Amino acid sequence: MNVDALFNVLGVCTILAPVFLFSLMGVTMLVNWPLSERTTARWTQATVFVGLLSALIVLALMLFTGRRNVSLEGGNFVVIAPEHFHFHLDFMFDRLSVPFAILSFVLVGTIGAFANHYLHREPGFRRFFLLYAMFLVGMIVASLAGTIETLFIGWELVGLSSALLVAFFQERPSPVLNGQRVWSVYRIADAAFLIAAVVLHHLHGEGDFDGMVGAGAWPDAECALSSTDALIVGLLLLVAAAGKSALIPFSGWLPRAMEGPTPSSAVFYGALSVHLGCFLLLRVSPLLSASIWLSAAVVALGLSSAVFAALAARVQTDVKSALAFASLVQVGLITAEIGFGLRYIALIHIIGHACMRTLQLVRAPTLLQDYRTLENAIGARLPTDRPFLDGWLSDAWRLKLYRLSLERGFLDSLMDRFFVRPFVRAFRWFDTIEGKWTDLLAGAQSRESDRMPTATQPFEELL
Amino acid sequence: MTPASIPWAALAVLIPLAGAIWVRFVRDPELGRKQSLIVCGATFVCSLCAWFFLENPADPEHAVWTITTSTPFSADALSAPLLALGSLLYLLVVMATLGVKLRLISFSSVLISEALLLATFSSTQPWILVALLAASVVPPWHELWMQRRPLRVYTVHMVLFIGLLVAGQAMLSMADRSDGHNPAIGVGLLLAALLLRSGIFPLHCWMTDLFEHATFGTALLFITPMVGAYGALRLVLPIASDVMLHSALVLSLGTALYASGMALVQRDARRFFCYLFLSHSSLVFVGLEMATRIGVTGALCAWLSVGLSMAGFGLTLRAIETRTGRLSLDKFHGLFAHTPRLGALFLITGLASIGFPGTIGFIGAELLVEGAMQAGPLIGIALVITAALNGLAVLHAYFRVFTGTHHVSSIDLGSRPPEVIAVLVLSALIIGGGLYPQPGVASRYIIATELVAERRHGLPAVPQERVADTAVPNADDADQP
Repeated sequence: MNVDALFNVLGVCTILAPVFLFSLMGVTMLVNWPLSERTTARWTQATVFVGLLSALIVLALMLFTGRRNVSLEGGNFVVIAPEHFHFHLDFMFDRLSVPFAILSFVLVGTIGAFANHYLHREPGFRRFFLLYAMFLVGMIVASLAGTIETLFIGWELVGLSSALLVAFFQERPSPVLNGQRVWSVYRIADAAFLIAAVVLHHLHGEGDFDGMVGAGAWPDAECALSSTDALIVGLLLLVAAAGKSALIPFSGWLPRAMEGPTPSSAVFYGALSVHLGCFLLLRVSPLLSASIWLSAAVVALGLSSAVFAALAARVQTDVKSALAFASLVQVGLITAEIGFGLRYIALIHIIGHACMRTLQLVRAPTLLQDYRTLENAIGARLPTDRPFLDGWLSDAWRLKLYRLSLERGFLDSLMDRFFVRPFVRAFRWFDTIEGKWTDLLAGAQSRESDRMPTATQPFEELL
Repeated sequence: MTPASIPWAALAVLIPLAGAIWVRFVRDPELGRKQSLIVCGATFVCSLCAWFFLENPADPEHAVWTITTSTPFSADALSAPLLALGSLLYLLVVMATLGVKLRLISFSSVLISEALLLATFSSTQPWILVALLAASVVPPWHELWMQRRPLRVYTVHMVLFIGLLVAGQAMLSMADRSDGHNPAIGVGLLLAALLLRSGIFPLHCWMTDLFEHATFGTALLFITPMVGAYGALRLVLPIASDVMLHSALVLSLGTALYASGMALVQRDARRFFCYLFLSHSSLVFVGLEMATRIGVTGALCAWLSVGLSMAGFGLTLRAIETRTGRLSLDKFHGLFAHTPRLGALFLITGLASIGFPGTIGFIGAELLVEGAMQAGPLIGIALVITAALNGLAVLHAYFRVFTGTHHVSSIDLGSRPPEVIAVLVLSALIIGGGLYPQPGVASRYIIATELVAERRHGLPAVPQERVADTAVPNADDADQP
């Protein structure tokens, strides 16, 4: 077997292992053939192990052979030859995608083992692992994507699984509302991503990665767009990345996402999912090189998110929210690094931060126990920090900063006030007008559903 | 007589018609349901055979894949999948009708409307089509009338629809078309009629009113097959001027955006479904009105995917309504623990309708966006925003219906065997179509090519074989009109 064939086999294993896990979980749930917890755990371990091993061997082979870029042609998913329409499912193994895929396998595998015990006998055990598998597929597909369409598939899978995992404890309204908020922000990010592809297509005549970042191995590829075009497309992608990575003004979803079970918070929002926006910026980094203004915007957004998160993290009253904002500080810094053109440093920063944050989050439920252990060991109370900015700011300003941080920058309330409420109010007004119009046509009140008893009670009580 | 020479499409029309007469005299509702199920099953098999033998004719040497047929009630490339889709929808609706609904439904009327729908899909002659489109509005009206439900809004709109349709077709028939030109007023009246039938803004209120007052099943079967789009393809698209189509495109795009916003603020589940469907069906119209090969291909793919996924979505809501009564989206209902399968189907069908990756709707949505890119970036951006809003609406409804509280019930709310079958069949079709879309896209592309050529030259294009076998045309041919 020659090296190319070996690359192909390993690449296919890397991608198909999580796909197989997702299919297995999905089909068994749909046909109501429940897998036991032990079987679920074994299949999860086996598939993650196969995927991880394949990715590691790919990395070793790439280092050994000196190849920087290996393409895996998934073929044309759909082709309309006369129109030059091809929907490729291509994957790319390079210095960006392979470390990110390996990181995903390592962290997801670790959390799978952790969740197997943590969620033991939880009613939603199988549902968790189904969403877990969907998330893993999304991360691997997004990491290894060789075309915009493929990246978008992974991006969407990550978004849906994240929203449903935030709402995992679905018998309470709060997690569900938070899941819905996460989904809303992700849809904005998805829309920005697709609009970027539309604009790119309009400006450049094609919407592929090659059109955006030019040919060549990452990170040395050169952008094929002019500075102005790069700025327009890049700003849209920056919105998409900001939504996915919880940068300002979308930061509100990150602490809300901690409403999900700890394993998912740890690996998804603390470690992997939150870095997906940074990954996108790294993938299209040649665009940043083409426009100094775009780079400046990335740096400004990254630094402002980091400063905001640093302030908010200090006043959170629960450990998971504090860790969420601590994550955001690092994500902001990583974004700034990408804006400064420090691509390898940003990649290393992502890997280090994701591993550390996963550890912190899975330890979070036992934080008090850890504190007691430390205090028992040193025989005294742990030292407390000096008050933040003590002596630098007046009390009035510190109070203002405190309020701002406690309210998480009022970002959610501002978005609600200026976007959500006007939208809802406008469409409710349209709805009222329509109601009046149908009343007029009907010659009576036409909407019986407004007066009907709605289903909050069991069926037999309605009879 | 070989199987290929049997007129399967005509049989698919006649079987439900005969079945309707037979079921009319059955007094026991449960027996009526069973017999209707057999009739719908036989009709579905005939539709599948019509499709199969169209693609695998007795004489492959002379096989053509064309949308032109002169025989009444026969399948062509455009209508064969629609016949299968329509008969499948009726089969699933009858199958998933539970006992508590039996006395509200007239199976005879359901079978008559199925016969009318399949007859519409297997007709190309303008006047026959006009007559069938007009007749198809009667069964829902009859149900409203029999159940003493308010019917003025529906009646006003449908009378206007029939008036516009007949007037438009009459003007076209009487006009002197020897110079190759079509009377703009006649085409405009036809277009207006079909936009009204499809619920395009501002003539969409009949649709929400129908969902308000008719049974969910009847309303679902009346709108999900999208016969308005079929009428537009057969009667208007080949002859309408560019200006007319562009105006209709703007209206349809506005409707798609408007309906997606309205779906988000609805408090009643039926109205929510209606607006969500309206948004999707308007996107199908947007694709058709682009009148480019990619745009029309996307619309034809989206037509099938939206029909299938939204019918499944509606069936799920209907199944839940059967258990709980009218559903309010103001409150959480927490039904997932009781009906996880219906929850899964709700998500799968809802996500398929918005073009989620891995589902049947994905490639249709991609092609629509691709077509929109060619037509203009603003159309593309509007499509993307509509899809985003619809995605929000689907998950919003899922959370409201299936999560958010602990639902207490002293009776079993779990899925019944017919519902399980419906869930599995729809899931398999939605996911299977999403994983292997090429055959469907290729066949839709050939139809789109014919339609666009017919529009450009006023004549049917030369029949083509499968698109995968076609060579890349030269640059001039590839240009869009």
